[in-house]
Amino acid sequence: MEWLVSACFGVMIACGVYLVLRARTFPVILGLTLMGYAVNLFLFLTGRLHTNLPDIISPDQTRYADPLPQALVLTAIVIGFAMIAFLVVLSLRALGELDTDHVDGQQEKPPA
Amino acid sequence: MKTPLPPIERVPDCCRGGLVSSILPLLLFGLLCLAWPRVVQGNIFAVQWAWVPSLDLDLAFRLDGLGLLFGLIITMTGFFVSLYASSYMAGHQQLGRFFFYLHGFMLAMLGIVLSDNLFLLFIFWEATTILSFLLIGFDHHKTAARESARQALLITGGGGLFLLMGILLLKIAGESMTISHWAASGDMIRDHALYPAVFICILMGAMTKSAQVPFHFWLPNAMTAPTPISAFLHAATMVKAGIYLLMRFHPLLGGTSLWMATLVIIGGTTALWGAIQALGPCDLKRILAYTTLMALGVLTLFLGGRTVLSLTAAATFLMVHALYKAALFLAVGSIDHQTGTRNLDHLGGLVKSMPLTALAVAAATMSMAGFPLFFGFIGKEIMYEGALAEDMFPVFATVATLFANSLMTAVAAIIFITPFMGFGRQKMDPVKEAPWTMRLGPAVMGLLGIVFGIMPEWVSAHLIQPAVFSFQPDREEIRLVFFHGINLPLVLSILTLTLGSVIYRYRTFLRHRMNTAIDRLWITTPGLYQSGLDNFLRNAGIFTNTIQNGSLHFYLFIIILTLVMAVGWVWLPHVPGILIFPVISGPLIAIGLFAFILASTGVVVFAKKRLSAIGGLGGVGAGVALTFMIFGAPDIALTQLLVETLTLIFISLVLLRLPPMDAVKKRSRSRTIRDACLSLVAGLLLTTLMMGILQVPLDRNLTAFFEANSYIAAHGRNIVNVILVDFRSLDTLGEICVVVLAAWASVTLIRRTKEG
Repeated sequence: MEWLVSACFGVMIACGVYLVLRARTFPVILGLTLMGYAVNLFLFLTGRLHTNLPDIISPDQTRYADPLPQALVLTAIVIGFAMIAFLVVLSLRALGELDTDHVDGQQEKPPA
Repeated sequence: MKTPLPPIERVPDCCRGGLVSSILPLLLFGLLCLAWPRVVQGNIFAVQWAWVPSLDLDLAFRLDGLGLLFGLIITMTGFFVSLYASSYMAGHQQLGRFFFYLHGFMLAMLGIVLSDNLFLLFIFWEATTILSFLLIGFDHHKTAARESARQALLITGGGGLFLLMGILLLKIAGESMTISHWAASGDMIRDHALYPAVFICILMGAMTKSAQVPFHFWLPNAMTAPTPISAFLHAATMVKAGIYLLMRFHPLLGGTSLWMATLVIIGGTTALWGAIQALGPCDLKRILAYTTLMALGVLTLFLGGRTVLSLTAAATFLMVHALYKAALFLAVGSIDHQTGTRNLDHLGGLVKSMPLTALAVAAATMSMAGFPLFFGFIGKEIMYEGALAEDMFPVFATVATLFANSLMTAVAAIIFITPFMGFGRQKMDPVKEAPWTMRLGPAVMGLLGIVFGIMPEWVSAHLIQPAVFSFQPDREEIRLVFFHGINLPLVLSILTLTLGSVIYRYRTFLRHRMNTAIDRLWITTPGLYQSGLDNFLRNAGIFTNTIQNGSLHFYLFIIILTLVMAVGWVWLPHVPGILIFPVISGPLIAIGLFAFILASTGVVVFAKKRLSAIGGLGGVGAGVALTFMIFGAPDIALTQLLVETLTLIFISLVLLRLPPMDAVKKRSRSRTIRDACLSLVAGLLLTTLMMGILQVPLDRNLTAFFEANSYIAAHGRNIVNVILVDFRSLDTLGEICVVVLAAWASVTLIRRTKEG
């Protein structure tokens, strides 16, 4: 299962990188979001994969999943969301001001 | 362009500040005079405070004979220049700035000659470079001043870097950074493998500062500075810093054939080239600048020797030159100030209107030409003795000195006769004598040239000998005498005067031939400097435009590529060890989930319509949330779902506003392929990284703490929540701040958009 989850993560990163390298704001935002999801998954996976080991203390349970990465992921999700929301608004503003959705703020120059 | 300041008779009120500020150099001069008798007896004043002991950097100051000689020259010239400037610069808008730089420079110069720590010396050395840049560029509204200042900074600053390199090499070679410890360890360094490198670096520092060929051209160009600055920096003090450096390093690095040959050749070439070029210009200040080149060359030439005679010649000529050159610069400044020109062709007959200045110039030029009874004569005699006593190339040294001196004699005649006796311009406007503040310096220094010329024994015992003893361990007695009897130096002196008058006779012809010859030179160092600078700026422009081309795609591509290469470089060797055979195993639901995520990711990338892409993104988010759910993290799953929903709503908002997809021009195919390759490599790299992490056993130390204390210390059963709100609550506060800031910024952006 490890290789499968790693591959899954890798594909998300690859697609995220590809989208971030596009010229328009829309795919760039999609790519950043995708990479954000991938990074959340990555952080979570550093705690390893365990099924049925919830982090709720109870007398019946002796082992728990690693809670530390989970705490990190929670923080990461929220901050990632804040950044994406800001980027969305920024891209809207850029479109309003510059009249283009190109990330450089202007249409590409014809190749010299 | 040139607007001469109105001639002044009296010292106006506005320049009292200049008068007051000349107290500082006078005070320092007095202090040095107090110490003088003790230094002559062989005492040394030294103080030392630790500054950065770990770097061998101490605030160590030491006054010995050499420091005293330089210190007296610096403070005396500093005093006369300050006094002079109080009238010369009167009425200038930025007089305060001028005196601040000037005195800062003087203190830095004193710092150089009094430092006993090599790093400290370097700091003062750089300070003089910076301050001279500011002083040359003092009239910064003039393009020429700015360019000259930049040229001087680049050349002397570059030399400063070499000096620093030399100092560090010296430290690597195990030499003490305390200058006074050097006398004993010269042999160790001279036999060291690093010796040639150290020598070249130190020499580069000295050559750039003291304007030796081929770095000489900044000095004549620096004449765009106001005259007091030229007199102080470019005649008496700063250009002598390189000479001082060579003197200080003489016991440590001197005496090898490399040292002697290099210094004699460079010094001789500079002396000849400077003296020849001095015939060329009509501008009195430029002429003086070229004669300074000659003097610096001769000094370097003599420092190439190792006999007491050569070194005495250097120390003596240093004094001779400082006295007559500063006097001449100041006098030329007076002429310029009173008449509004310093062009030889426009000047003449000034002896009537400026008799006192004429007298001072006469004394200074006689010393420069080396007439008997003047200090210059003593200097010339010892110069020929020193040149004949060189170890390497004595004939070259003697011939170079002879020709340079003859040319000097001719130039001295030009400087005095043409403006004061000649009839350059038929009708000169009535000219008034300069105020006393501007006459005192040339007069006193001209007078000293006579006094020292009459009593050379006193000078040699009280100034030259202590100075030479400081860097020449042999301690042979040094006596300058008035008349040596009829010997080779005397013959050479007479030859010099004869040759000089011949050159003076044919000066117009020589000037013409010389100027045309220089114009024909197809390669010159000023030309090389200019083309080098132009090329440098052009290439810097090209370089900047290439790497800062304003394309986000380009920046991101480079950043990701660098990241991939840096991580790959370290990680790739470990990859073969962690590769596992892909076996599909594990709970069926997990496998299905991962397949779902993969499919959704594909949709995000390959969707033709934006709505489908957003749908794919939603799929990925939901898949990740479910993964969290299955593997024991229901809280995260909940948060992820919530946030994902919001994200989708936001992105859909953009969708409504964007121009249609059809309007978007497609990126070129090659670029798409290149991006895809980079993405694939990045993805593969991170996949292997993830696999590697999953195969390392988990370190549960921190986790164990949280598990043990969550309920006991924080009274919470949900460990993740306890970490967030209790153990790491400050992190959570930070996170909240980020969200607030992002919301704030977003609201501001939206509101402004609506208004606009």
